[in-house]
Amino acid sequence: MTTTTEMLLKAHELFPDEVVTTAHVRHLDLPLGAGRFALITLDNGFDHTKPTTFGPGSLAKLNEALDQVEREAAAGEIVAVGITGKPFIFAVGADLKGVEVLKEHSDALAIGKGGHDVFKRIAALPVPSFAFYNGAAMGGGVEVGLHCTYRTVSSGLPAFSLPECFLGLVPGWGGCTLLPNLIGAGKAVQVIIENSMAQNKQLKGKQVFELGIADAIFEPADFVEQSLLWTAKVLTGAVTVERPEIDRGQAWDDAVAWGRAVVDGKVHGAAPAPYRALDIIAQVKDGDLQAGFDAEDAALADLIMGGELRSGIYAFNLVQKRGKRPAGAPDKSLARPVTKVGVVGAGLMASQLALLFARRLQVPVVLTDIDQERIDKGVGYVHGEIDKLLAKGRVNGDNANRLKALVTGSLDKAAAFGDADFVIEAVFEEMGVKQQVFAEVEAVVSPTCILATNTSSLSVSEMASKLEHPERVVGFHFFNPVAVLPLLEIVRGEKTDDASLATAFGVAKKLKKTAVLVKDAPAFVVNRILTRFMGEIQQIIDEGTPIAVAEKGVEPLGLPMSPIVLLELVGPAIALHVSETLHTAFPERFFVSENLARVVQAGKRGFYTWASGQQELDPEVVALLQVGDKVLTEEQVRDRALDAVAQEIQLMLDEGVVAEAQDIDLCLITGAGWPFHLGGITPYLDREGVSERVNGKRFLAQGVASVPA
Amino acid sequence: MPRTARDVVFVDGVRTPFGKAGPKGIYAETRADDLVIKAIRELLRRNPNLDPALVDEVAIAATTQIGDQGLTLGRSASLLAGLPKTVPGYSIDRMCAGAMTAVTSVAGGIAMGALDIAVAGGVEHMGRHPMGEGVDPNPRFLSEKLVDESALFMGMTAENLHDRFPHLTKERCDAYAVRSQEKAAKAYADNNIQPDLVPVAVRRTNPDGGETGWGLATADEPMRPGTTLESLTGLKTPFRPHGRITAGNAAGLNDGATASLIAAEDVARELGLPVKMRMVSYAFVGVEPEVMGIGPVPATEKALAKAGLTIDDIGAFEINEAFAIQVLSMLDHFGIADDDERVNPYGGAIAFGHPLASSGVRLMTQLARRFEQRPDVRYGLTSMCIGMGMGATVIWENPHFDGNEAK
Repeated sequence: MTTTTEMLLKAHELFPDEVVTTAHVRHLDLPLGAGRFALITLDNGFDHTKPTTFGPGSLAKLNEALDQVEREAAAGEIVAVGITGKPFIFAVGADLKGVEVLKEHSDALAIGKGGHDVFKRIAALPVPSFAFYNGAAMGGGVEVGLHCTYRTVSSGLPAFSLPECFLGLVPGWGGCTLLPNLIGAGKAVQVIIENSMAQNKQLKGKQVFELGIADAIFEPADFVEQSLLWTAKVLTGAVTVERPEIDRGQAWDDAVAWGRAVVDGKVHGAAPAPYRALDIIAQVKDGDLQAGFDAEDAALADLIMGGELRSGIYAFNLVQKRGKRPAGAPDKSLARPVTKVGVVGAGLMASQLALLFARRLQVPVVLTDIDQERIDKGVGYVHGEIDKLLAKGRVNGDNANRLKALVTGSLDKAAAFGDADFVIEAVFEEMGVKQQVFAEVEAVVSPTCILATNTSSLSVSEMASKLEHPERVVGFHFFNPVAVLPLLEIVRGEKTDDASLATAFGVAKKLKKTAVLVKDAPAFVVNRILTRFMGEIQQIIDEGTPIAVAEKGVEPLGLPMSPIVLLELVGPAIALHVSETLHTAFPERFFVSENLARVVQAGKRGFYTWASGQQELDPEVVALLQVGDKVLTEEQVRDRALDAVAQEIQLMLDEGVVAEAQDIDLCLITGAGWPFHLGGITPYLDREGVSERVNGKRFLAQGVASVPA
Repeated sequence: MPRTARDVVFVDGVRTPFGKAGPKGIYAETRADDLVIKAIRELLRRNPNLDPALVDEVAIAATTQIGDQGLTLGRSASLLAGLPKTVPGYSIDRMCAGAMTAVTSVAGGIAMGALDIAVAGGVEHMGRHPMGEGVDPNPRFLSEKLVDESALFMGMTAENLHDRFPHLTKERCDAYAVRSQEKAAKAYADNNIQPDLVPVAVRRTNPDGGETGWGLATADEPMRPGTTLESLTGLKTPFRPHGRITAGNAAGLNDGATASLIAAEDVARELGLPVKMRMVSYAFVGVEPEVMGIGPVPATEKALAKAGLTIDDIGAFEINEAFAIQVLSMLDHFGIADDDERVNPYGGAIAFGHPLASSGVRLMTQLARRFEQRPDVRYGLTSMCIGMGMGATVIWENPHFDGNEAK
């Protein structure tokens, strides 16, 4: 039988690049004469920009530290043990790179069991243990503290979460078991499920205390000192820790049921992790911790060897890494400064852009339009939004004044744009109109002023073709709602030069957008894939499959909304227009639905009505539809839609629309909200064999977003 | 407008444990500003009756006002300590008497009615800011012989003091130093020091200094209990070959911070704050920079004169022990025995350490505790010598005085 340390060191051999966290043991005399204390500091030797994590080597180090304090506790040399972190960081959980390299179920099991074996020793110490959550704590970092007898938290703690379900795991080093047994199932489901599935929402120190996870809260300026004083008071009996009794009755079952409803609403059964977490929470209602830990081990091992987690980690890395260093972007030193922005048009989109530019770039933004009334309306909208931010406390009074002063309107393009460095147009989606606008703008701006277009489907090269300086034109395609969706497709036209492109990427970074470089191809990335996907669904419906079956067919993907609901969000008229544009470009693949045309013509805004309080097909729409008699099963619907998507993506890659499949996935995650567990889409298409079936090959090599071969 | 001077009182004082400067010291990896911030926070925590918004001024001293001791430390420490943004602050420098000057400065403001309550303290992290860091003495000092070269090196000025008073021998100084260590050890044993210390969490990443990770500084690191005359005899005399000043009979190079609450007496009483000492008078006097250690003598004479008191009225002395010779020269001048029980009964800087600009408030904190224990003592003084040739003395009255003066 191998020891925990041997098992961990073997696992560490699989992962030689691990940044090992050392568990430093230091002794100190507690205040109030409370005795000798061993304080373990988790520290990977780097500053706070490289947060402390747990890989197998790190767990082995903590195990060694526990060997020492266990000995000292048994010998009566210490009265208690504490765990805290380096400045600003407690510990942010398992090192995901260590998970990616795992190939065998037994290795995966070892990770789960290794963490448990080490952490459990804390609770088994013959003296009380204290966790001082001094800074960011996530995943295994949170869990190591849950094994302690008591916890304090810093009111300055910025981020505390159990993000496992978000990534495709369960909190498997005690989180699923201990948290509900500490604070009750309701609050535990909130932390483990609800927050995690809400884009990994973080708790702050105050909430950690209010939820009852921490027994005491102290300000960051002397957090460790006050935690040690509190520790001394607990040990000497001056403070008694009282925790509310946990409701192990109906409330527990209700909480789990509520958690399932939350997860169903998010992933529609498509991602296994949150369901496994809920199963464990349900199971530990009886308080049997060891059974809970065993269930965590099993869940971790299964999930680590499953595709959803690998897709989740892949997606996480795309957003966190690739999203911040866009593939193919020119050297940022080429970028020119942007000290003033012009916006052509003062409609809703233009106004939203003006607000975004003013807030993020903090430079003057001038809106122009064809009459003063439109301009006043646009500027008024922006000022109104700033007032809302002020009312919500998102900006203070001075900042609100500053932002309002930055956003102005003018009928006179020459005066408005003469000294602008970046002018973006958001006018009617028609080539002639846009070419005319750019010609007018070029007449009044400097030769290096960037001319950006927010077009979603027109050719950027063609738009630039009649200009004297076409090299300064870039596509700058935002996604609605502009303030919410992170994606920005940056389109390089045929003549766009590196300096202009670098400037565009520089602006995107300041706008805090995830920029992806895209070739000037019809509808770019997200709209092309969504249109192909929705076109296929519409065609299936038009051919005779009932709408409900078509919708249900793709439900297992766990997309943020069904195709028909998305159609309504986009607007049937716009969706029709885009499908027509793409049909013109690729008539054999992009379907234009005559039914949709009729719906648009009838002035309908969608297929569904909520008049009864429930989602129902609008009978007036149903009356408009003329359908065939080819009825597919749900599975056939799904296959056909996914085949179309796989084919389209491969064609886009062949055309060089983006550099790699990774960029497609990044676009779908950040621009269309496609879920992490699909990894965007290509890991899923690979996993389900769709890529092989349609294109005869995978999009991503084995191991990139899947278990390594 | 007519104006009445108000009585100024010392409400409370705290300090961090003092550390040894250098890479192995307890504060080697702790910022200077953090030390004084923790002292200020503890001071406010100990006085919950005081609404922090009522603090009118935060005066913090540091000798080397760069880096983490710069940035108008009184203001930045105030913000970082969590005081309301409406509370102003400033920095003070009078070398070793920095914190003492912080106290007298705010006291002046209180007496004339500009302030009601102030925080006054000091910090010196001599590990992060060695003496003389970044100094640029004007060459005229030497070219015009304004001062002797030795004036900028405190150890040399102490040797000069020995030259001036040959009867104050190294042996007497060493004996004084041994007593300081003994008295400090006893003060710790009697719990006379610890109540005014704020424990400081200290991080160590360099294993050369000992166990790594977070620890807690709870006691003065420089103390050398068990020091004997013999053990001091053979120490090196770094400032002069065959000299008299050694690491044993002088304060070391140290890190630490202090903070005190100074208030108008009527305001303190109204708010229910403690009144630990009442300020009687103070004086700063310049002397020849080459013998800066003699500074406390004229400063004390001046402060006594202003108070209308004589040295015989003083029942408790807290004299900073930058060098034993400097204490002995003062005692000698006033005809007080080397081992007079009124002088530094809890020990002094030779044992606890002397983080330059912070020490003044340590003297006051110790005097305040003695006042509490000795209602038979009416007046006490805190005194120190200052670089560039100055002395400082503050005379205090004991509010606990019961009218039965011990003689």
